[in-house]
Amino acid sequence: MPFGIYVHVPFCASRCGYCDFNTYTATELGSAVTRDTFHRTLIDEIRYARSVAGDREVDTVFFCGGTPTLLEADALNEILASIREEFGLADDAEVTTEANPDSVDAAKLAALREGGFTRISLGMQSSSSNVLKVLERTHTPGSSSAMAKAARAVGFEHVNLDLIYGTPGESDDDLRRSLDEVLDAGVDHVSAYSLIVEQGTPLARKVARGEIAEPDDDIAAGRYELVDSVLRDAGFDWYEVSNWAKAGGECRHNLAYWRGTDWWGIGPGAHGHIAGERWWNHKHPATYAEALGQGGSPAADREVLTSEQVQTEAVMLGVRLAEGMPVSAIPLESRTAAAALVGRGLLDGEALLGGRVQLTDAGRLLADGVVRELLG
Amino acid sequence: MPVQQPGATDPSVIRNFCIIAHIDHGKSTLADRMLQETGVVDPRQMRAQYLDRMDIERERGITIKSQAVRLPFVAADGVEYVLNMIDTPGHVDFTYEVSRSLAACEGAILLVDAAQGIEAQTLANLYLALENDLMIVPVLNKIDLPAAQPEKYAAELARIIGCDPSDVLLTSAKTGLGVKEVLQRVVETVPAPIGNADAPPRAMIFDSVYDTYRGVVTYVRVVDGRIGTREKVEMMSTGAIHELLEVGIISPEPIVCKGLGVGEVGYLITGVKDVRQSRVGDTITSAQKGATESLGGYRDPKPMVYSGLYPIDGSDYPELRDALDKLKLNDAALVYEPETSLALGFGFRCGFLGLLHMEIVRERLEREANLDLISTAPNVIYRLVDETGNEMIVTNPSEFPNQKIAHIFEPVVKATIILPTEFVGTVMELCQQRRGTMLGMDYLSEDRVELRYTVPMAEIVFDFFDQLKSKTRGYASLDYELTGEEESDLVKVDILLHGDAVDAFSAIVHRDKAMAYGTMMTAKLKELIPRQQFEVPIQAAIGSRVITRETIRAIRKDVLAKCYGGDISRKRKLLEKQKEGKKRMKMVGRVEVPQEAFIAALSTSDAPAAKK
Repeated sequence: MPFGIYVHVPFCASRCGYCDFNTYTATELGSAVTRDTFHRTLIDEIRYARSVAGDREVDTVFFCGGTPTLLEADALNEILASIREEFGLADDAEVTTEANPDSVDAAKLAALREGGFTRISLGMQSSSSNVLKVLERTHTPGSSSAMAKAARAVGFEHVNLDLIYGTPGESDDDLRRSLDEVLDAGVDHVSAYSLIVEQGTPLARKVARGEIAEPDDDIAAGRYELVDSVLRDAGFDWYEVSNWAKAGGECRHNLAYWRGTDWWGIGPGAHGHIAGERWWNHKHPATYAEALGQGGSPAADREVLTSEQVQTEAVMLGVRLAEGMPVSAIPLESRTAAAALVGRGLLDGEALLGGRVQLTDAGRLLADGVVRELLG
Repeated sequence: MPVQQPGATDPSVIRNFCIIAHIDHGKSTLADRMLQETGVVDPRQMRAQYLDRMDIERERGITIKSQAVRLPFVAADGVEYVLNMIDTPGHVDFTYEVSRSLAACEGAILLVDAAQGIEAQTLANLYLALENDLMIVPVLNKIDLPAAQPEKYAAELARIIGCDPSDVLLTSAKTGLGVKEVLQRVVETVPAPIGNADAPPRAMIFDSVYDTYRGVVTYVRVVDGRIGTREKVEMMSTGAIHELLEVGIISPEPIVCKGLGVGEVGYLITGVKDVRQSRVGDTITSAQKGATESLGGYRDPKPMVYSGLYPIDGSDYPELRDALDKLKLNDAALVYEPETSLALGFGFRCGFLGLLHMEIVRERLEREANLDLISTAPNVIYRLVDETGNEMIVTNPSEFPNQKIAHIFEPVVKATIILPTEFVGTVMELCQQRRGTMLGMDYLSEDRVELRYTVPMAEIVFDFFDQLKSKTRGYASLDYELTGEEESDLVKVDILLHGDAVDAFSAIVHRDKAMAYGTMMTAKLKELIPRQQFEVPIQAAIGSRVITRETIRAIRKDVLAKCYGGDISRKRKLLEKQKEGKKRMKMVGRVEVPQEAFIAALSTSDAPAAKK
C-alpha cells in the first residue's frame, strides 16, 4: 500500500475572503512560533512520525497550507530532506507543493526542483480581475500561466492550475477566458471548484449583509459542464469530480485520500489516516508546537473507524472517482438502489454489470445524492 | 375557625356566586384577593392565581376547569356568611360548562377591565347568566391603570344590564382596593339558595376532575336534601351507582366533612377513574329512596371540530395513544379514534369542543407526555345526502366521496363580535369574505359596536379569530354559538405531489374558495419542499380536474466541490447526520418531504392567501 506525507504550512501573506483553512497572516504566533523557524517544528513531527509509523518508504508528499511557498525554498527543501532521511523516498516519488503565483519566481521554482520537488500546484482561480477581486486574491491575471510556464521551463513535468467557478459576478465568458489561459499554460492537471461560502469567513458575512450575491447552484452546474467540455476537448479526462488530468498527470497523493490508503499529516490541524484510524493535530501552531516540544504527539483527537464508518467513507470517497469502486464496497441492501440510479442515468449501467459503481456525466453533479442513496 | 360548619349551614347565610370575566380582565387576581380578604389563605402561602391549578392555565392566564371555594365572610351586619365562589371557564368552547357553573349559582360578579370594556365572550356569558336569573354584581377592575375609563365603561355596563352607573363597583384586584365592598355587595344582593331539606337529595355536577391519586373529584351543588359519606349515590343520566368515599369542601385546600346540605357546594369522591362516569350537568341522588326527577339541563358534550393528531416521530404512536387514554379520564368532551395518513403515518382523528379545546389538548399531550405532534387542519362536521337520499356524516376530508353528492350541509354559527367603531368596515369585509350574513349591529357605547353575523363554522375554525385580532389591532372580541346547518356548494380540494395526493393537505372548502386554497397550498409547498433529483409538479385538484399547478425544478448540483484528507471525518459525520435526518423525512411517492415542511404547511399562522 502506498504511503503519503502531507505537510501543512499555516502561513499566508494575506487572507482571502472565501478561505476557511487553518492559516495565519502574522509572522509570529506566540513566543514559540515564528514563520522563519517553523520548518524546524515540522521536522520535529517528521521525526516523531518516523518513531511511530516505523519503516515505510514514502511514495507521495504534498505541501499545502496556507501558502507553503511563503517559506524559503531552503526551508521547504530541508523539510523534504528530513522526510527522505527519516523514511526514504521512493525513486518515482511525487512531491508537490502548492504555490501562489506571487509567492514564487523562476529562481525559487528552480531551487525547489533542485531540492526534489516534482510537481507544482498554482492557485490561479480566475483570469478575471473582477473575480479575483471578489475572491480577494492578490495576484494579477496572467501571472499564474506565466508561473506555470516558468515551472515547466525549470523542469517540472507536472503542473496544476486551480480554478474557482461560480463566483458572484463571474460570467460564462470570464470562465472561458480563464480556461483559455489554463490551456495556454500547457499544464497537465486542472482542479476546478465551485465557490463555497464557508461559515465564518468574510465572504459569508458579505453574503449575509447582501453585499455579494449568494453563489447560485444552477449557475455553478452550468459552469461545471462548461469546464468539463472545454477540458475534455483539450485532451483532459476527469478522474475525480473536481479534477482533470492528461494521461499520467493524475495527482497520486490526492488519489490516496479517495482510495482510502495511508498517509501521515504533518503540521498544525493536519489530518492523518493509517489503517482505519484517523487523527488530527492541534489547530493552532503554538499549541501544536508546544505538544511537540514536550516530546509527545501533537494530535488533538483521533477516531478508530467502525466497519460501518469504513464503509461509509469508502462509498463517499470512491464515488467521486472516475474509476469508481467495486460493487462490493456498497452495502448489500443498496444493490437495488444502485440499479435504480442506473435507471435514472446517474450511474453507469455497463460498469455496474462489470462489477463497478461509476458515476455517469450527469451523476457527477449529483454525486452527494448518489452517495446518500447508496448508503440507504 | 369559621362558625358555619359544612353540612350544618343554614341556607340563609349561603351565597353562591361566580365571576364572569374575559381572559386578562383579572378574574384570577380578584379570586386571589378574596381568598386573602376572607382569611382562608395565609398571605405567606399566597401563590399568584391560587385557583388555577394546571401549569398551562397559569401560563396562558386562563382557567379551563372551574373549582369552587368556600369563603367565610363576616359582613357589615356582623353575621358570618358562607360565600361559595365558583370559578367559571372563560372561553367560547366551554359554553356548556359555563352554563352548568352558572346553574349552580344565584349570583354572578360581572368583572370588566376598566380600560377595555366588555368583551364578546363576557357578554355572551352575561346573557347566559341573565337567562338563568342570576343577580348580577357589576364590577370594573384595574381602575388603578392610567388608561382606565371607569365612567365610560360603567355607563356601558349599566346600559347592558339595566342598572344605574353608580351601582357599578370599582376595584383594583391587584392592590386589593374595593374587594371587600364586592363581597359585601354579594351578601346584600345575591339571594340565598332555596331548597327542600327534607326531600330526596338532588345535587348538580358542575365540574368533574380526574386526580391521579384520588380518581375523579366531582364538584356539586346540593339543591335538595343532604348528601353524606358512606351513602350509595346514583347518577341520574346513566343510572350508575357509586359509593361515596369522601365528601368535602374546598377552602381552598380540601377539607373532609360528613355531608353537604341544601345550597352547599363541595366535592365528592366515589373512586371512579373516568370523568365520563361523573358527567358535568348530571344530577346525583341517593341510590335508595332517591329523587325521581333530575334537575334537568344535562347534555352530552358533542365535538364540533375534528383534527388529526400525529406524532412527529412515528415510534411515539403508543405513547400518544396512552397519553390520550389518560387525558380522556379528565376530559369528557375529547373523542378520538386511530387514523392512518399516507403523509403523516399513524395517528388519531380527534374531536374537540372547539379550537381552544383543541389547542389545550394538543399542548397537554405535548407537555405531559413529552410528545412532538403535528395536527392537520381542523374540520367541522358535514352532512352529505346522495341522490338516493342516503345520509353520510363527514368529519375528515378523506371520507368525502368523489361521486356526485346531491346536498351538502355545513354547520353555521351565530357570531357576536364586539369592536371599536373604527374597525367596523374592515370586520364587515372579513365576515363577508368568510361567507357571513349580517344579522344586526348595536352600539354599546359611542365608540363600541356589537356586530352579529351568521357564519359557516368552517370559516371560523380556519384562522378567523387570528384575522379578526390582526385586523382590529387586538381590540375585537368574538363569541359564537352553533345555531344549525346550511346547505352549501362545497368541494374537496386535493393537493398532489408528483401525482400522489397528500391526504394531510386535502380540504373541504366552498367552491368559490377552492382556487384560493389550491394556490395558497401549492405555493407554500413549493417554498417548503427541497428540490429533488427530478422535477416535481405540485397540483391542486377537485376530483380529477387540476385547478392550479406549481413546479419544483430538479436540483442540478448536489456535490461537494472538495473532499481531501482533512475533510473526510467532517463529511462522514455530516452524512451520518443526514442519515439520521432522513428518518424525519416522509416519502410521498418518490418525493422526500422533510417533516418540517408538513408542519409548516399545516400551520395557518402565516398562510399567504390569508394575507389579503
